[in-house]
Amino acid sequence: MEQQQEKLKEIARQIRRNIIEMLTESQSGHPGGSLSAVEILTTLYFREMKVDPANPRWSERDRFVLGKGHAAPALFATLAEKGFFPREELLTLRKINSRLQGHPDMKKLPGIDMSTGSLGQGLSAAVGMGLAGKLDNKDYRIYALLGDGEIEEGQVWEATMAAAHYKLDNLTAFVDSNGLQIDGPCTEVMSPYPIAPKFAAFGWHVEEIDGHSLEEISAAIARAKEIKDKPTVIVARTIKGKGVSFMENEVGWHGNAPSEEQAKQALAELV
Amino acid sequence: MEKMATRDAYGKALVKLGEQNSNVVVLDADLAKSTKTIEFKKKFPERFFDMGIAEQNLMGTAAGLAASGKIPFASTFAIFATGRAFEQIRNSIAYPHLNVKIAASHAGLTVGEDGASHQAIADIALMRVLPQMKVIVPADGIEAEKAVLAVAEMDGPVYIRLGRSKVPIIYAEDYQFELGKASIIKEGQDVALLACGIMVAEALKAAEELAKEGISARVINMASIKPLDKEAVVAAARDTGAVVTAEEHNIIGGLGSAVAEVLGENVPVPLERVGVSDTFGESGKPQDLLEKYGLTAKHIQEAAYRVLNRKRDV
Ligand SMILES: Cc1ncc(C[n+]2csc(CCOP(=O)(O)OP(=O)(O)O)c2C)c(N)n1
Ligand SMILES: [Mg+2]
Repeated sequence: MEQQQEKLKEIARQIRRNIIEMLTESQSGHPGGSLSAVEILTTLYFREMKVDPANPRWSERDRFVLGKGHAAPALFATLAEKGFFPREELLTLRKINSRLQGHPDMKKLPGIDMSTGSLGQGLSAAVGMGLAGKLDNKDYRIYALLGDGEIEEGQVWEATMAAAHYKLDNLTAFVDSNGLQIDGPCTEVMSPYPIAPKFAAFGWHVEEIDGHSLEEISAAIARAKEIKDKPTVIVARTIKGKGVSFMENEVGWHGNAPSEEQAKQALAELV
Repeated sequence: MEKMATRDAYGKALVKLGEQNSNVVVLDADLAKSTKTIEFKKKFPERFFDMGIAEQNLMGTAAGLAASGKIPFASTFAIFATGRAFEQIRNSIAYPHLNVKIAASHAGLTVGEDGASHQAIADIALMRVLPQMKVIVPADGIEAEKAVLAVAEMDGPVYIRLGRSKVPIIYAEDYQFELGKASIIKEGQDVALLACGIMVAEALKAAEELAKEGISARVINMASIKPLDKEAVVAAARDTGAVVTAEEHNIIGGLGSAVAEVLGENVPVPLERVGVSDTFGESGKPQDLLEKYGLTAKHIQEAAYRVLNRKRDV
């Protein structure tokens, strides 16, 4: 257990380093929301999800939908680390002819279960996957990761209503609750708060955790698996830009790539 | 002449599909009685999902089902399918080339009394501009049924435009629908009438009237708006030198525009477009609306005279 935890921490660190290197190379992309989601992705892909990098379309696999598609660098780094494609390819992010698009493209890159990028659409796709799993009597699970700004989209609540209506207990959604969006703090732009009671009122099982604690993430997922007839939302308190001191909680690091100099400093912190 | 609404044919086809293929699922947004998906719901309740009055989630959920190997047919009124959920169709269905069939009913002015808010006159244009999307506008109940059965066999997103009102049956039961192929219903050498949907029957009537005056009109059903049968358009233009298009849609962006694109690049012959003249509709009986907004056989006939005059001037 101790040992596994250490291993996961090391993977998370490596994913963060890759995110910085990818964005520095592409000189574009979204560091803040990528860094805040690293522990969630690490736990999902290295501890929880049934996936087979050699057979990315395996019909029995667990599915993952990145609602906040702009955190693609974090997902790509995770998938590469897991072995879905060569690590070297990470540095082609956002470049012409690359399989690593600015936002996840399921037809281009192995391991991507849904193309996303337009905020608010991912949870609906996850609902469709949940319905398909139920129809086919499969026991695979569907995970979605939403931004706290993203849930300002009306479609998210249409999907939230539908998931509860169809009793999709095979669906678990994370809200990466880092408190920031593009124009500022969510409280100032358009408050989505309180988040947990909203989902509860829609009929979901709700977990509230520290989204950087590997233990808490695993424990919440374990409880979600026990819940019957209800989807689960895990509201994960996170820090946007987590792991790089000058990016943490800075709204300006939502969608800017670091310079060579800044990248050096960031990588020095991520050891 | 026997009549049937294309939405009724859709309901019938869905039941057949449900029996043939257990992967077919149907979604609606609280309009199952109107879109006729209710027929499928009655037979296969476990494979029918009412998503409530939430069209964006309707399309997104259909995308997720398709990503999991299902063949979802997503239905609501054309105005809401292509308008409210346009960007969901674009980003969650067309871009990832997911196998979702969007079968939208109550398209065009023949919605009737519900009025302009419910009359989709831009849906063909909206769907036609999406890469990877295919667009079908069946002319009658037979073609609607055949088209629905045909698209279930092919992979990828399709938009099928269905109507509320009963329209004359043009085809025999043995008609075969083929995506990307125009269907020549009547041969002719003086002028070509290219129509889709309810306007095909009107074009046939117009051709009969023209024949009385010794004008031979070719009538072509362009149900497959995308892919468009370019060869049939080019051949019609070469053979007749005068083309009229007719559609229950804004003249901007629909069949007329698609045909103009092909003519302009290949055989620039005189063209007249019959359609809604870039205006919104209103409440009224379908037939009264078609008269008022210029969508009858008479209007096609007049367009034919105009285009024939221009042909003489060329
Ligand atoms: C529909 C839509 N509107 C706007 C955008 C532009 N956009 C990209 S990221 C973002 C802010 C997202 O904030 P949040 O969901 O909190 O993500 P995070 O803080 O985790 O990066 C916006 C507005 C988009 N991608 N999609
Ligand atoms: Mg945020």
